[in-house]
Amino acid sequence: MTSDLQVRAENRVVIAHIYTSTAAIALGAIFGVFQGFSRAGAAAAPSWFDYYRILTMHGVLMALVFTTFFITGLCLFVTYRAIPRERKLALGWVGWLVMLVGTAMAAVEILLGNATVLYTFYAPLKASPWFYIGATILVLGTWVVAYEIFENVVYWRRTNPGAPVPLVVFCAAATFVMWIVATLGVVAEMAMLIPWAFGWVPTINVLLTRLFFWYFGHPLVYFWIMGAYIIWYNIIPTRYGGNTFSDGLTRLTFIMLILLSTPVGIHHEFMEPGISSTWKALFTVTTYGVAIPSFITAFAIFASFELAAIKQGRKGFIATVKSLPWGDPAFSGAAYGMLLFILGGFGGLVNASYGMDAVVHNTIWIVGHFHVTVGGPVALTFIGAAYWMIPRLTGRALWKPEWALMQTRLWFIGMLIMSFSMHFAGLLGAPRRTADVSYGGAAVAQAWHPYMTVAAAGGVFLFLSIIMFVAVALGTLVQNRKTEPMAAAFATSATPAGATPAALQHLFRWGVIALAFAIVVYAGPVGEILHHPGYGAAGMRTW
Amino acid sequence: MHIHKYERWWMIFGVAMLIAFLALLAFAAVENSIVPPSGMQQIDPKLVAQTPPFNHPGLRRLSDGSYEAYYIAQVFAFDPPVLTIPQGAKVTFYVTSTDVVHGFFVPGTAVNMMVVPGWVNMQTHVFRRAGEYLLLCHEYCGIGHQDMFGKIEVTKR
Repeated sequence: MTSDLQVRAENRVVIAHIYTSTAAIALGAIFGVFQGFSRAGAAAAPSWFDYYRILTMHGVLMALVFTTFFITGLCLFVTYRAIPRERKLALGWVGWLVMLVGTAMAAVEILLGNATVLYTFYAPLKASPWFYIGATILVLGTWVVAYEIFENVVYWRRTNPGAPVPLVVFCAAATFVMWIVATLGVVAEMAMLIPWAFGWVPTINVLLTRLFFWYFGHPLVYFWIMGAYIIWYNIIPTRYGGNTFSDGLTRLTFIMLILLSTPVGIHHEFMEPGISSTWKALFTVTTYGVAIPSFITAFAIFASFELAAIKQGRKGFIATVKSLPWGDPAFSGAAYGMLLFILGGFGGLVNASYGMDAVVHNTIWIVGHFHVTVGGPVALTFIGAAYWMIPRLTGRALWKPEWALMQTRLWFIGMLIMSFSMHFAGLLGAPRRTADVSYGGAAVAQAWHPYMTVAAAGGVFLFLSIIMFVAVALGTLVQNRKTEPMAAAFATSATPAGATPAALQHLFRWGVIALAFAIVVYAGPVGEILHHPGYGAAGMRTW
Repeated sequence: MHIHKYERWWMIFGVAMLIAFLALLAFAAVENSIVPPSGMQQIDPKLVAQTPPFNHPGLRRLSDGSYEAYYIAQVFAFDPPVLTIPQGAKVTFYVTSTDVVHGFFVPGTAVNMMVVPGWVNMQTHVFRRAGEYLLLCHEYCGIGHQDMFGKIEVTKR
């Protein structure tokens, strides 16, 4: 067993990650609510801080900083708690510091207006090299955290020969195995962008940078979702006295996500020249494949709800719904997130659908879609999990738990309003990533206006919701005394882990297979681009 | 490893649904030519203005009665800014960029392309409804991105 002192030291590492993530979502929300107003025509960005700088900050803070720091914090937390031991904590701190330095470098360049390239930084928009270097450092910091988690898996295997790694640690480590495979793409892209941004090479192969970006960019989405799945499978069942539905199926789900998350990126590039339709069709099929682990998850979660209700002597759909702890903020966040994910899943199938994507590509439908995926299930589950983790990290009871509960409901309603409006406006042709969508009063653009106004109203709900989250997170630190136990229990499986086949207990070899699989699937389009290298682009600063 | 009966049914249902969707997409691709644009032709982005047919952007009528429209996308405008075509005309758009990545999107239609410097993207569309269509850039291209739009006038036949 580990000493109280040890647990407190571990908690400090996790607190650093989680509260950095909280700061990111708070700042990101300020930029976000402004975008809603701008697009509704209710406000215009000041000349000294244009809309696209605001948009770049919002995208980077929400998609890259909030999510990444939360997942590193969450995965360190579950690893530390599920594998208690005397350990040095240097790597958790180093990872955090490196990530923070990278984030700060990128943020400064954006704020100064040297990197108004949005969070996708598509070449040949040419940002300051320090922006690309900062983003690379952020990614390298996550590799340090990954190493810390993997080291604990290896330690467990060495000290518990033959025993399966605790399920929650397996899920956390699987998330980072997938992440390593995926981030190789963005590091390769940065290796092209940085020398070009310094002017050491005159031109850049635009198609290759975009392909590398999406090689990373879609599994990034699955990185977020795997973070939410860790919580749904291992933490949420403890809120209603249930179990993880099946140890084996949970491990299978995470292994499938390791394998299938990466070779899907080209579904973001269906409208692109230079990639032939054969490869686009192939990537339609692979993208559909990654829906399968989500189907398994949907079943496992609802089955776990029902089994827990039956255990309490309740039967039937309504009795099951009523038996769930809707008054618990952690559960409430996750459950509303799950409801939003049903919308997100179906929208995702549309986006992945080859020719059909032409109707929605780069319209605000896509923005609606990722707000009911990363902005819904992921953010809401993370915030809910923060309400569960913070007392276990600080020893302090949550300040104003009724605010926490209200916050999750407000977020759900706000996200429904905003994302539905975005989906509808997108179907009517409203583009994404555009400061002003009036287009000189064109008739078709006027039809979008009411939807943009409603979306902005949804954004206000979300903004208020974030204020409440930050108030609870900070209020807990300032207002409440240390009265709470810091013990954290994770859900146990309804089926014994011993029954899980050995093949589902491996992690690292599945990572190697996943990388090989990704290389095979990407070999076609990459080969095609290298075969027609064509004309490089010099790049320019257009802002 | 035991897999519950219902879970097995659910997985079979899920995979069958995906296969049915894929079959529909394949049918639409083969039967109705609903395929994404994939222009494979290359062009030197520095020499677009001198390279035929982009040295004279605009509309060309072919002998079979269909049209080709050549467009240059550059910060922050389309050339030609206005295109006039008769209702029912079948038009193939050819678009290239001289600078950064742009979008080429006509709301209310499936004309939706990325425009990458160095490449000519292409897509065919039949304008069945007369009226004024908006053409807009739907990929962020710089500070004036929101001002990058044009017009397609489809005249009544």
